[in-house]
Amino acid sequence: MTIIFFLIGCSILLALIFLGAFFWAQKSGQNDDLYTPSVRILLDDHNEEVENKSKK
Amino acid sequence: MKESAIDGQTLCYHCGNECVEELHHVDAKAFCCQGCKSVYEILNANNLCSYYNYNQHPGANRAIVDARFEYLDNPTITSDLIDYSDDKITIVSFYIPAIHCSSCIWLLEQLNRINPAIHYSRIDFLKKQVIIRFSNPEISLRQVVELLFNIGYEPLISLQDVIKKQDKSRKDNLVQKIAVAGFCFGNVMLLSFPEYFGLSGVEQTFKHFFGWLNVLFCLPVVFYSGTEYFVSAWNNLRNKVLNIDFPLALGITVLFIRTITEVYTRTGAGFGDTLCGLVFFLLIGKFIQRKTYHHISFERDYRSFFPVAVSVIENDSEQHIPLSQLQTGHRIVIRHNEIIPADAILLKGEALIDFSFVTGEANPVSKILGEIIYAGGRQTGQAIEMEVIKPVSQSYLTQLWNNEAFSRRQGKDMQTFSQKVSKYFTVVLLVIAVSTLLYWLPVDYKKGLAAFTAVLIVACPCALALSTPFTMSAALSIFDKNFFYLKNTAIVEHLASIDTIVLDKTGTITTGDSKTIKFEGALSEKEKQLIYSACGNSSHPLSRMIYAHLNGHERLKTEEYAEVPGQGIMAVIDGHYLRVGNSKLVFGQKEDETQLSRVHVLLDNVYLGYFAFVHQYRPGLENISNLVPGYKLFLLSGDHDHEKYELLKFFKSQEAMYFDQSPQEKLDFINSLQRTGATVMMIGDGLNDAGALKQSNLGIALTDNVNNFSPGSDAILDGRSLIKLPVFLKFSKDTVHIIYLSFLISLTYNVIGLSYAVTGNLSPLVAAILMPLSTATIISFTSIATRLAAKRRKLI
Repeated sequence: MTIIFFLIGCSILLALIFLGAFFWAQKSGQNDDLYTPSVRILLDDHNEEVENKSKK
Repeated sequence: MKESAIDGQTLCYHCGNECVEELHHVDAKAFCCQGCKSVYEILNANNLCSYYNYNQHPGANRAIVDARFEYLDNPTITSDLIDYSDDKITIVSFYIPAIHCSSCIWLLEQLNRINPAIHYSRIDFLKKQVIIRFSNPEISLRQVVELLFNIGYEPLISLQDVIKKQDKSRKDNLVQKIAVAGFCFGNVMLLSFPEYFGLSGVEQTFKHFFGWLNVLFCLPVVFYSGTEYFVSAWNNLRNKVLNIDFPLALGITVLFIRTITEVYTRTGAGFGDTLCGLVFFLLIGKFIQRKTYHHISFERDYRSFFPVAVSVIENDSEQHIPLSQLQTGHRIVIRHNEIIPADAILLKGEALIDFSFVTGEANPVSKILGEIIYAGGRQTGQAIEMEVIKPVSQSYLTQLWNNEAFSRRQGKDMQTFSQKVSKYFTVVLLVIAVSTLLYWLPVDYKKGLAAFTAVLIVACPCALALSTPFTMSAALSIFDKNFFYLKNTAIVEHLASIDTIVLDKTGTITTGDSKTIKFEGALSEKEKQLIYSACGNSSHPLSRMIYAHLNGHERLKTEEYAEVPGQGIMAVIDGHYLRVGNSKLVFGQKEDETQLSRVHVLLDNVYLGYFAFVHQYRPGLENISNLVPGYKLFLLSGDHDHEKYELLKFFKSQEAMYFDQSPQEKLDFINSLQRTGATVMMIGDGLNDAGALKQSNLGIALTDNVNNFSPGSDAILDGRSLIKLPVFLKFSKDTVHIIYLSFLISLTYNVIGLSYAVTGNLSPLVAAILMPLSTATIISFTSIATRLAAKRRKLI
């Protein structure tokens, strides 16, 4: 059963890594604007592709 | 792509407005004005017409465009605007009110296709903000702004935005604190479960290990996430105030100390999970309460209304200087639609000043040379030159901001229900805790200490602290759906306690162009021309309106002219004798006072009929006037009293209406009402109401477009929703009742918990169940009850 000590250590370490990742995301401003990216993803650059094809 | 047409109307391809006048056609697309057409042409030339594919008519109307950006060439002005700049690139962010749809995002992020010198542009949609990085040797800031302007996205550059940038609001890392608390809460729960389910003999070795791990997880929760409760409790104690943070801080401390002792002495598992859960839920409540409207500013003052820079004439050449450097003696040039930034004397040009924002006076006022013109007026017509006689901050209008009402601390010295209750709650809690200790002490001091700490733990007012934020934030989002934006959650309670409503007139209960003229009778073209010519001589608002109504005639020479104040005009024009005025002037007798806004016309002693002025007030004014038995209602207008009799039907008595009020008088009036014990709500729209809005217990700025300028206030109401104001007032009372009920519920939980605690038999398991259970009850009760109340009031 002593393996539990190791396993708990692993799980906490993993959780700490995620917490750290969240802190990093927060600090680098990834959560500052939570709305615009949801719109941006729907806008495509098909116009540009049409242009490029016509140039070829 | 086809032209849009509804019921035979042609809609502008760019902005979607109806094309009324001449059409502008390009590529078989119709445009309502030259401005919209030119935007299309720019986009078309740059292959950016996908702009029109994402949304129909995405553009803003461009019929009236008038902007000058020369001042952006002056580095002292722009240095405040720019976020970052070196010798290669500049990064700048602008607030662009026109951003409203996905097309806007798409277009503004494609700026580099119009001008490659712009490297990067990024939109923050909710803040209506664009961040632009450009290569400054190739394109200047002014050119960037002009580019934005040319494609229909004029940035709003005002003095206050410049200042706002300098003192950016502090960050208190609330999200990070919640993350840490949540992280620890989860782990502690996991480690506490084996204890609750019972450990077999072999597993007893883990108990100690789990215990110490729990203590370890509690450390960041207490010393990082929970710090502000200690700070707040300490500050309040020093100010001799007992607020809800004191029992919370006490609870956290007791939980922490007891957990450490129990783990250290191996007497129990401790309350680690309760502690982490408590802090976690409390912080969530704090987060919920902090609703922010990114696109709305409640703190605007005259600075965001005034321009950033002024044109000054020095040594016969025109220069742009920042407003802050404007001094008395400077000679300034004010062009069409520009705002006069400081009190000044008119030196040159024909001034026709629109003071609607400053005084509430609806009609432009003409000024003669040598006259003093107060700051805040907007010039209409040709450019004028003026000499500044007072610095910006000392002018007639801006002096208002030196009033003590503006330096007073926010919070408006009105105690919320939760503040009132928590005072008594804390006292009762301490009394129970100490008497429990005293009761047990002679019997068993260990049990006494256990009971004492258990009382403090179980009575920790977590649910109590959460009921207000959750109810209020639910209420806030319901108001928000109805276009009523409140600055913070405390405002809902203020709204419920209002007993006096004060309304401004111009712009608040009337809209911009609110009057329609109708002539009862028949007029020939010749007669119209005569009336037109006669009214052209008068500066009375009604004459000006008739003059504007009959516009398009050739003005005839006036041979004789006399104006009887308060009655009308008598004139001889082209050999015809004309009387235009009220019945006293025309018939020689006074008529029913309510019909005062009729202007009768008598031509060569033949009565032709009368002009009827139909005032159009915002719909919903009747609803507000029906509030009267429950609320006191006043009108406070900066305008003259020529609408007095029509307003009488809304305000019942003449004593409730005050006209010709200066901004300072408005503030003083609110103050005098408050001294009689009234809780005053002021609804206004202009800078002239700013003082009254600030002084009142609840200042509401009414606006037709929330992105436009509105004076600093506690709430912003969209003009369309004025009709719902009585419902808002009722709903705010409902929310307060919901808070009372949820307080009752959380107190019940406290009593249940206390019955365990005073006996000294509080097990960690009971605490760990009771605390989240009460929290969950409160959260679900408040949100469901608030929604039900809103449904009943038909707000959702």
